[in-house]
Amino acid sequence: MPELIIEASRTEAHYWRDLWRYRELLGFLAWRDIKVRYQQTVLGAAWALIQPVATIAIFTFVFGRLAKMPSGGVPYVLLVMVGQLAWQLFANAFGGASGSLVGSAHLISKIYFPRLIIPLSTLAVALVDFCIVLALFAGMSAWFGNLPTWRALLLPAFILLALLLALGAGLSLAALTVKFRDFRIVLPFVLQVGVFLTPVGYRTDFLPNWRDLLALNPMTGVVEGFRWCLLAADQDFYWPSFFSSIVWTVILVVTGLWYFRRTERLFADVI
Amino acid sequence: MSDTDVVIRAEGLSKCYTINHAAKPGTIREAVGHNARSLWSRFRRRGGAASNEEFWALREIDFEIKQGEVVGIIGRNGAGKSTLLKILSRITEPTKGRIRLRGRLASLLEVGTGFHPELTGRDNIYLNGAILGMTRVEIARKFDEIVAFAEVDRFLDTPVKRYSSGMYVRLAFAVAAHLEPEILIVDEVLAVGDAEFQRKCLGKMEQVAGHGRTVLFVSHNIAAVQRLCSRGIYLQQGRIVAQGASHEVIDRYLRDTSSPSGKSRWNYARRSPLIEVENVELLVNGGRQNSVPAGATATFRVRYRCPAPEKLPEGLECSFIVYGQGQKLVNFWSNAGRGRSFPIASSGVISCTVPEWPFRTMPMTLQLHLNYRFDNLVDLPDALAFDSADCDRFGTGTVPHITEGILLLPHQWGES
Repeated sequence: MPELIIEASRTEAHYWRDLWRYRELLGFLAWRDIKVRYQQTVLGAAWALIQPVATIAIFTFVFGRLAKMPSGGVPYVLLVMVGQLAWQLFANAFGGASGSLVGSAHLISKIYFPRLIIPLSTLAVALVDFCIVLALFAGMSAWFGNLPTWRALLLPAFILLALLLALGAGLSLAALTVKFRDFRIVLPFVLQVGVFLTPVGYRTDFLPNWRDLLALNPMTGVVEGFRWCLLAADQDFYWPSFFSSIVWTVILVVTGLWYFRRTERLFADVI
Repeated sequence: MSDTDVVIRAEGLSKCYTINHAAKPGTIREAVGHNARSLWSRFRRRGGAASNEEFWALREIDFEIKQGEVVGIIGRNGAGKSTLLKILSRITEPTKGRIRLRGRLASLLEVGTGFHPELTGRDNIYLNGAILGMTRVEIARKFDEIVAFAEVDRFLDTPVKRYSSGMYVRLAFAVAAHLEPEILIVDEVLAVGDAEFQRKCLGKMEQVAGHGRTVLFVSHNIAAVQRLCSRGIYLQQGRIVAQGASHEVIDRYLRDTSSPSGKSRWNYARRSPLIEVENVELLVNGGRQNSVPAGATATFRVRYRCPAPEKLPEGLECSFIVYGQGQKLVNFWSNAGRGRSFPIASSGVISCTVPEWPFRTMPMTLQLHLNYRFDNLVDLPDALAFDSADCDRFGTGTVPHITEGILLLPHQWGES
C-alpha cells in the first residue's frame, strides 16, 4: 500500500513521480482545450487561419511593398509567413501558459495534482494552431516553387526551442500572476513589442548594424532557424542568434521552473 | 497489530493563514510602494510587511483513522473542516505537523470539479474522471454504470451547459461515486440535488463505506453523519473538541449549537432578575433541529422562569430576530401588527411559528428580546446558532444557485 507523508515543504519528494502519474490528466486537459476551442464555432479551424493570414498580408504589404525591404530571393509573402509561423507558435504558447493558472483557479483550489500540468497542457492548443498555419504554408510554398530540402527535418528542433522558450517565460509569468494580477499586463505588452523586435516581417542579414542587437532577442534565433529549415534560398545559418536563443531558453526554463516550484504549494491559498 | 490498521495519522497538524490588513497583496504597485527589500521579501515568501495578522485555521490537530472507518467531521462554519480536508487532499500544505496516509486517496470537495459547460456529458465524464484521478481505462470500464446512475443517457451528447442543474449534479456525483480509492474524502456534496437524489447519494455512500473503504465525510447534515459514520470528529475554532463514537460527538455538537443550556454560556447583552431564560430552541416540523430547510415549518421557542410573575402583570412581549450573511434578515416581534403580550406564569414557553421558512442555505443566529412595556428585560444576541438549508421547494428537481437570491418564496404566475 503506498504511503504518503504530508508535511510542510515536503511535496518535493513525490513531485516528478506524480507528474508522470498524472500524465493522462495532462492529455485530457490538452484535449479539452483543443475541443472547446473548435467546438461551437461556425468556421471551426478557419479561425486559426484568419488572424495569421491577416497579419501576414499586412506585414507583406508594409515591409515588402511600402518599405521595400530586401527579401533575399524569397517571395516576400513566404518570408513573412515563416516568421509569423514561428512567432505565432511562441505567442500562443506563451500566452496560454502564462494565463493558465488563473484560468484554472477552480481546479487548483479543489483538487491536487502537480500544477505544472496546467501550463504544459496549454502548449497543445498552440501546437494545433501552428499545424494549421503550417499546412497553409506547405500549400503556398509549393505554389511558389519553394520545395522542402533536408533542412526541413530539423524543424521539430526549432519548434521545441520555441515551445521551451514560451514555457520558461510562461511559467514565471503564470506563477507571478497568481499572486500579482497586474502581471497580466506584461503579456500583451511583450507580444505587441515582440512582434516588431523579432524579425517576423523582415530579415536581419540585410541589417548588418542591427543584426547582433536583434540577436539578443531569443525569438530572433527561432525565426531565423525556421527560415533556414523551410526556405530553400536561405542557405547560411547565423550561429550568434541561435546561441542567444539557446542561452535564453535555458535561463528562462530554469528560473521559470524554480520559481514555479517554489510558489506552487501556495497557489491554492492565494489564488 | 493496531498500527497497521491506521490509514491516516495526523500529528500536531496546524495551518496558519496570513491576513494582510494594510495592503491587499494583489497588486505589485502596492508592493513596490513599500521598498525594494520588502518587495523582495514578498517574492520570497508570503507577507513580510508589518501589518500581517496570523489566523490559525487549524491548531495542533491529532487524530488517527483506521482502515474501513467512516468518520464524520462536524463543526460550525469556520471551524477548520474545509482546511483539514484541503490539507488531506494535498491542495494546500500544513504550516506545522504531519500526516501519514496509507493508500490511494481521492477527494471530492465539490461535485463537478472541472466540468466544462461546452463539452458533452460523455466528454465531461472522461474529463472529470481524469481530474479525480481515474485512468482512462477505469473510466471506460465504469462508463455505462456512471451513465445509468446519473440517468442522463438520452443527453450524453448534449453539452452540459444545456443540462438542468439537477441533471448536472447527478452526472457530477455519478462520476465521483464510481471512484474506487482506498480513502475517500467527501465535503458536503450531499447538500445538492433534490431529495430523492440525495437519498440515492446516501445509499451510494453507504455502499462505499460497506466495502471496507475509509471515508471522511464533512457535512452539516447531521442526520446523514449519524446514519453513515461510526466515528466523529468535532472541530471548533481549529481544535478538536471531541472525537469518538459518532453519536456521542454529535450529541456534544448539538448541545453546543442548538441550546446552550449551561446558563454561564449565555452571553447576555442585558438580563433582568425578573425573568430567566432557560433555553431557546428551534423546532423543525415539530422536532428539535439545528438546521431548517426552506419551506419547512420552523418554530422558535423560548422557555423561561419567572420568580415573581405578579411583578409583570401586563405580560411580556417577545421578539426573535434572525441574522444571516451579516445582516438582520427579519424580526418576529409579538407586538407588531395585531400586537400581543404574553401573560406570565412562574414558568412557561413562548413560541413563534413560521409556517414556510423562506431562507436558503446560510448560517444564521437568533437574537432574543423579552420586553415588559417599554423596558427591555432580556437581550440575548446569540440565543441560538442554526443553519438554514436549501431544498427543492417547488418540486422541480432543481435549486437555483444562491447568487440568484437568498429566498425561496411561494409564488404564482398569471397572464391575461
